[in-house]
Amino acid sequence: MQEGRFTPLSRLLHWAMAAMILTMLFVGVGMVSSTTERYRYLLALHRPLGIAILVLAVVRLANRLLNPPPPPPASLPKIQQLAATVSHMLLYGLMFIMPLLGWAMLSAAPDPIVLFGPLRLPAILSADPALYARLRALHTDFGLLFYAVILVHLGAALMHAWIRRDSVFRSMAGRRRPPTTS
Amino acid sequence: MQPDDKQRPLGLINTLGRFASIGLVLCAAAALFVFVGGWLSPERLTQDRFMAAFEAHDGRHPGFRRNHAKGVCVTGWFDAATDAATWSKAAIFHLQHVPIVGRFALAGGMPFAADQAATVRSMALRFLPIGAEEWRTGMNDIPVFAVNSNEGFYAQLLASAPDPATGKPNPSAMQVFLRRHPETARAMQLIKARAISSGFADDTYNSLNAFSMTNAAGTSIAVRWATVPMQPFVAHDAAAHIGDENYLFDDLVKQIALHPLKWQLVLTIGEEGDSTRDATVPWPKERRLATAGTVTIARAMSEETGACNDVNYDPLVLPDGIAASDDPLLATRSSTYARSFTLRSAEKSVKPVSAVSSRDIDGSRP
Repeated sequence: MQEGRFTPLSRLLHWAMAAMILTMLFVGVGMVSSTTERYRYLLALHRPLGIAILVLAVVRLANRLLNPPPPPPASLPKIQQLAATVSHMLLYGLMFIMPLLGWAMLSAAPDPIVLFGPLRLPAILSADPALYARLRALHTDFGLLFYAVILVHLGAALMHAWIRRDSVFRSMAGRRRPPTTS
Repeated sequence: MQPDDKQRPLGLINTLGRFASIGLVLCAAAALFVFVGGWLSPERLTQDRFMAAFEAHDGRHPGFRRNHAKGVCVTGWFDAATDAATWSKAAIFHLQHVPIVGRFALAGGMPFAADQAATVRSMALRFLPIGAEEWRTGMNDIPVFAVNSNEGFYAQLLASAPDPATGKPNPSAMQVFLRRHPETARAMQLIKARAISSGFADDTYNSLNAFSMTNAAGTSIAVRWATVPMQPFVAHDAAAHIGDENYLFDDLVKQIALHPLKWQLVLTIGEEGDSTRDATVPWPKERRLATAGTVTIARAMSEETGACNDVNYDPLVLPDGIAASDDPLLATRSSTYARSFTLRSAEKSVKPVSAVSSRDIDGSRP
């Protein structure tokens, strides 16, 4: 029986976005605690990278609908299947919410949404500093939540790889399936 | 059940070891995040520490800017000089009557401090060309900045903060700071030697930090800029203002009500060897000056009715054609202004009426 794997495109999207989102979260906490030139360079990276993640999140959601992920192993307890579903929904939601919050808060500030060179995005909200302050706080809260959910996701992936040793980790890992089965 | 789900069971020790490895990976990932966020580095000069230093220096004033807290809003327009596009391709440099939302203010974080001759005065401008990129700049009426790094800025704040025991700054703390920061000692001499004008209207405001401008041909120059008053300079007369805590602002409002005030936007063109990294060092007097246009200020409003209170005069909000230099203070200003703006925006609903109120402004109109 052929074990379920993610398609190559799904795996490419997963790992590329994993690298981008992790970079983004580290850039985020790094820049808001910096007052040196590092702040400037990190901020200049943060905005275009965030928009790139938003674009890829759209591609990824469309790809997920077209190429559904392999089903979880039937041996996986229902409660863990539910936890997987919820955490994946959270991750997908945050991939959209975080860049949109960033875009919205800059719009409300109002600050120009600088990508690179002369390239700017239009505002998606009208100027409202009190609203900006609320969105800015949410951007931090959801960013911390995002990293926490990623840690849970990483922990679960390692549980599948090292403890359960089922098909889940291999279905997303880049390696070919090792030739060691009964 | 898929065939690979049937795995040989792990021994107890092996299982525990694997759980421990997972725990270790997660702890390491969490620790790295906490480290990058500065939570493990109490010595790092974060935006929050700057806010705390301003509060230690000036007290807590919800809803106000943490620095340059006392101010008044103005509006007006900018007309580019005919040859301004020589220096920068920024849209405003070939436009006329570009709307401006500006602010005049006094340095320091106390929004109700009495006006004083020697307090640093500032002019902040937001240029809003219709259909083109905006430009924001905050300028001070001193010839050079007092510090040239975030560390210097922070140490100066602490050294000049009131001692909790006496309620006054500790002179020895300032001496220690100046010994460690000779660039500030030199800058303070230039700052103290400046000619103090009668008020906001006849004052010159300097960008202090260097920037770079690029024209349509791709030629870049280092620049500092200033707004130079077209109102004649009159020396400050302390005796004339006894009893009015807002005399600088009241005078400004009165003068604007009589007739628009004008400043020339003057660029100083830097040359090879002029420091763009050190805002405490003046550029040589013989540097070429170029007038890029005229700023006209036609109306004053309080922070309650004017638009300036909602503006973060971030020195890094720059149109294509004007760019930051390598001056590290630009990032310090931008990052701390951003935090100050976030805090005061969240405190908007509890902000008391500004020192210069709408009633004062209506009362000042002749």
